[in-house]
Formats: sequence, C-alpha cells, structure tokens
Amino acid sequence: MIRLTLEWLEHRTGVETAVKNFLYEDIPASSGWRQVLGSVAIFCFLVQAFTGILLAFNYAPTPGEAYNSLKYIVTEVAGGRLIRGLHHWGASMMVVVVMLHLAQVFLWGAYKKPREATWMAGVALLLVTFGYGLTGYLLPWDNRAYWGTVVATQIAAKSPGIGHYLSRLLGGEGAIGVVTFARFFALHVLILPPLTALLIGVHVYLVRKHGVTPEAGDTAPKKKFYPEQVFRDTIGIFVAFVILFLAAALVEAPLGKLADPTDTSFIPRPEWYFLWLFQLLKFFEGPLEVAGSHILPGLAVLALLATPFIDRGALRRVRQRTLAGGVLALAVLGLAGLTAAAIATTPKTQEAASETGGPRDWQQLSPEELAGIGYFRKENCASCHAAGEGGARIGPDLTGTAIRKSAAWMIQHFKSPQRMMPGTSMPPIQLSDAQLNALAAFLLKLNPRNAQALYSAPQYAVEGAMVYQHNGCAACHQVNGAGMKIGPSLDGLAQRRSREWVEGHFADPRKLSPGSVMPPYRFTPRELERITSYLLAL
Amino acid sequence: MIAGALSLPAAIYLLLPPRARREDQWVEAGGVAQLPLRTPEEVVFRRNRVDGWKISSEKATAWVVKLSEKDVVAFAPQCTHLGCAYHWDARHGNFLCPCHNSVFSMEGKVLAGPAPRPLDRYQAKVADGKLLLGPVGEAQL
Repeated sequence: MIRLTLEWLEHRTGVETAVKNFLYEDIPASSGWRQVLGSVAIFCFLVQAFTGILLAFNYAPTPGEAYNSLKYIVTEVAGGRLIRGLHHWGASMMVVVVMLHLAQVFLWGAYKKPREATWMAGVALLLVTFGYGLTGYLLPWDNRAYWGTVVATQIAAKSPGIGHYLSRLLGGEGAIGVVTFARFFALHVLILPPLTALLIGVHVYLVRKHGVTPEAGDTAPKKKFYPEQVFRDTIGIFVAFVILFLAAALVEAPLGKLADPTDTSFIPRPEWYFLWLFQLLKFFEGPLEVAGSHILPGLAVLALLATPFIDRGALRRVRQRTLAGGVLALAVLGLAGLTAAAIATTPKTQEAASETGGPRDWQQLSPEELAGIGYFRKENCASCHAAGEGGARIGPDLTGTAIRKSAAWMIQHFKSPQRMMPGTSMPPIQLSDAQLNALAAFLLKLNPRNAQALYSAPQYAVEGAMVYQHNGCAACHQVNGAGMKIGPSLDGLAQRRSREWVEGHFADPRKLSPGSVMPPYRFTPRELERITSYLLAL
Repeated sequence: MIAGALSLPAAIYLLLPPRARREDQWVEAGGVAQLPLRTPEEVVFRRNRVDGWKISSEKATAWVVKLSEKDVVAFAPQCTHLGCAYHWDARHGNFLCPCHNSVFSMEGKVLAGPAPRPLDRYQAKVADGKLLLGPVGEAQL
C-alpha cells in the first residue's frame, strides 16, 4: 500500500526523484563541518518565519496596540514568552550564523570564479538579514524600539540626494508614528520574507549549479551529500537549535516601557549588531557625518560585493591565504572594537527604564509626574479608578499593565472620553494641556509594584510640585533628571540651602545670587510653604 | 525532535486559553424596585470585558425576572441553541427565539424547539435595593 502510494506520488509529481537528486548530489571529498553554516542559516530563517507567524496571531501592528498585544503575548498567552524569546534571540542567532558563513566562505576563497554570483546573492542575504533587524526593532513599540528607530530614520533622511524621498518612503517624515509603523511592519513581514526566500532559492540553485567548492588540491573522488554531510548538517542545526531554545527559555527577551516620545531621559541604543555602526558615527561630525553613516558602510558593502573581482587569483589552501586572513582579522577586530566601545560608553542608567524598574517612591518622580498625582486627586479619579490600595473598580485599574496606552492617547481620552472609548461613562476632564500632560506622565510611571508608594506621596510635596510645574520652573532647573540645566539642579537642595534662604531667594533672587537671571516669584504663603517644603525634601 | 520542540510550544500557544485576568466580578444593573414582579424585563447595563489585550467597556443586556424584592433571576440574552437574541412573548407568556423557534418558560426551561439546555443565567444578587450581576453560567435547575 505504502509502495503503491509512493509510486503514485513519484509518477504524478516526481518527488522521489527530486529527493534522490537532492540527497545523492556529488560533493567534493574535502567537504566537512565548515559547510554546515549555510544549512544552519536557512534553518534560522525558517525558525524566524515560523515564530513570526505565530506572534502575528496575537499581535496588533499599530502603535496604539502593538505594545499591549506583545505584553499580552509574553504575560498571558500560554507559551507566548517562549515563542517571543525564540523570535528575539533567533534574530541575533541568524545574524551570527550568516556572518560566520560569510567569514568562512571568504577565508576559503569560495567566492572565486565561477561562484561570483553565488557570493553576491549571499551578500544580498546578509543585507536582508540586517533589514529584518532594522525593521523588526520598531515592532515592540517600547522606548528602545521608538528611539532606536528615530535614530535610524534620521540617518536615512540624511542620505545624500535621496534622503528626503527615503524618509518619506519609510514614513519617517515629521515624526515616527502610525505611518512609519505600518511601513516597517510591511517591510518586515510582506517584503523581506519573500525576498529572502527568492534570494535563498537563487543562492542554493547557484551552489548546486557550480557545486560545493572543493579545498585547493582536492583531487579525491567525489562523495555523495547523503549520508555523511546530511548527518553533519543535522548535528549543526541541532546544536544551533539547542542553544536558541535554551536562550529563549532561560533569558527573557527585553520589553521596556511603552514608547514615550516625551521621555527625554532615555538613551537610544540600536541592537547589538548595529552598535559598530552607531559608534562609527561618533567619529564623524557636521558635514563629515555622511561619511560615517553612508559612505563608509556603503563602501564596505561595495567591497564585499566586489570581493570576487578584486581577488581573482587561483584557489589556494586556507593556510596560504594570509592576506585574506589578515583582512578578515582586521574586519573582526574593527567591528568588535567599535561594538565594545559603544557598550563601554552606554550609561548603566539604561536598565532603570525597564519594565521591572520604574520609580519606587514619589521622590524619584519628576515634578511634572508628581504634579500629575495632584491632578489625579483634584479630579477625584480614584472614585472610579484603582491606583494603589483603595480606589473603586468602576473604571479600569490604572496600575494594571493590561491597559497601557500612550501619553497622546491618554490626553485625547481625558479631553473626550467618548471619542476614544465609545460608551464609556467617564466625564471629560477640565484641565489645561500642561496639566493633562502631567496627569498622563504620572500614569505612565504607575505599575502594580509602585502604585501604592507613589499614590501615597505627601500632599505638601504634590502641591509643591504643582506650583513648580505651574510656574514652569523646569524651563531652567532640573529635578531627577527632568528639566533644563540653565539654572542649578535642585536635587539635594536641603544639603546646600536653608528654608529661609530658599524662601528669600524666591522673593528676590538677585539679592542672594548676584547675577542670577531668575525672576522674582510672588507666591501666596501656602504656595511658598509647599514649594519650599517640596524642594527641600528632594 | 526539533519539529516536536517547536510544534509543541506552538500548539500550546495557539490552543491553550490565555492566563485568566482578574475581571470585575459584580456589576450594577439598576434598581430592583422599578422592576415589575414576575414579568421579564430587558435590562441594559454596562460592564468591562477583557478582550485579548484590551479591556473594553461595553453595553450588555439581561432578561431579568423579579420573583420578590430579594430574589431576582437574570438570563443571558442568547438562545442556548445557536446564540440568537430571543425576546419575551407577552401574549403567550414565554421567551421565543426567532431563529429556530426555541421556546423557553419564564424560569428558562426549554418548552419547544431545538435548544439543548435551559437559558443560561447571570449570577445575580440584590444589595441595598440594587441588582448586581456576576458572570454567566449554565442554569442549575
């Protein structure tokens, strides 16, 4: 019965012959473990496609929903964290494997005539792999994604001649928003995967057409692809998969805070495989910037593509290819050095922005965020929403991670709840834009762990922060890293100044700080007491 | 082995229900005093529904029968056959589903038609003269 089915299949489709042709292809006797990397790279692509499709089943590709849906995947969907982990770490693994494959082919000189086109298709696949990294980076819509993409689109916008059009094409004109997101998502899932499949097809076809490159001086009779090489490929793929699976299961893929375009404290960094490019840019300033962002990387790609035409000598043993080895070593050293420099110059505060961090108590909030608590109390939001202990349950729990929204969405919702959430019973909030900003800024800092500590901030500090915010003190001063540095930072003020000094300084700044550009402030006695107490508590 | 290691998490990912999120257990659905005694009344109320990664506030309805000031039954508004919205047929004194003519008594029992089980009920209780509705479950008759 099985034989009959197979015969039928063979007669109608020729699948058996195709498989036999594939397995019993002649390969050089010198083939070995180094040829495994190409198969592992294809395997990585298949894992990315598979896990990407699974993620898409629960992912909403719009800025308003992307973060929440991804959070839903990793916190609520069964196995979601593992699937996302496989996709996230799989991306890094694919970059590593593709680069190792390229380095191996380069070192063995396998790009030489007649395999120039095979090499060039491979370089195109490397660029496509980087393309995935670039476009996929935006999709979680956290701060890392947002700010990383801001930088990437700005670089694209500076391309000589075509920058304007490129920026428009990427939807990065003006600001990163829904259009950028849609374009990046379309590139990531609609353009790049078919392009990858096509390029892999061309690449593998060419490998088959010209045969696997034999080692120099390999005159031994050829062997078959099956079983020896198939076994090696299987082992290679298995090892890669075990590493990937362990990484996905044991190391949580990062998901920072919801993208916040107003978060000036965030330090953008690209994914690790772009860090060298990021660092390279630092060496070029002003009109020379384009050299670091476009000309050098462009030349590097051109040099890669042209490698088979530059090095046209006969195939030689690896040990004799000292120049190629030297070039590769230099490239590796250069990339590793730039990457290490970029890592070394990344401040450690970056970690504080992770979801598990966030401010632990009110003293870590910016004055704007603290003032937001004041508006939360003033508008009696707790009569419907939970924030910390107590608080009613009529509206959604604002400490929950389930209903995270962007600041822009929240402000629209405050102004016109019905428009953003049809049918809601929430009344519009009558506050100024600056006050609504403060309210949104506070809500963005809330998480289930800190809600109680933040919401129980003392009333004097909250009122002091409201006075601070109302008078625009942040236009000159910094508190907790927020605000400008025209005047001195106000952190730790109590260690430097007394209450009398601070109060006297508000009344007549020049009397106590000759040459100060700060104008005098006429506060009511209560305002003066509150803002002074607040500043001295910092 | 690799196919297994990938397809098992994939099956879990697609087929197991997401971790349950804390939902508001009881929602207020108006005063009991204005409900007529032993006559079903369609009550519209508002509740939060967990919809994937969103919590949406939506309108919901219940067919409520007041048996006494303390005892109220609230039926989920879908027919137990294929989910059509049924209505109260005052002339015959029973609930009628317009899709496939299932007929239910005022107590929710199936009187005729293809409905496989009695009408589903909200958990219901009365507190301070207000009707509070909880999750929907199958009737325990």
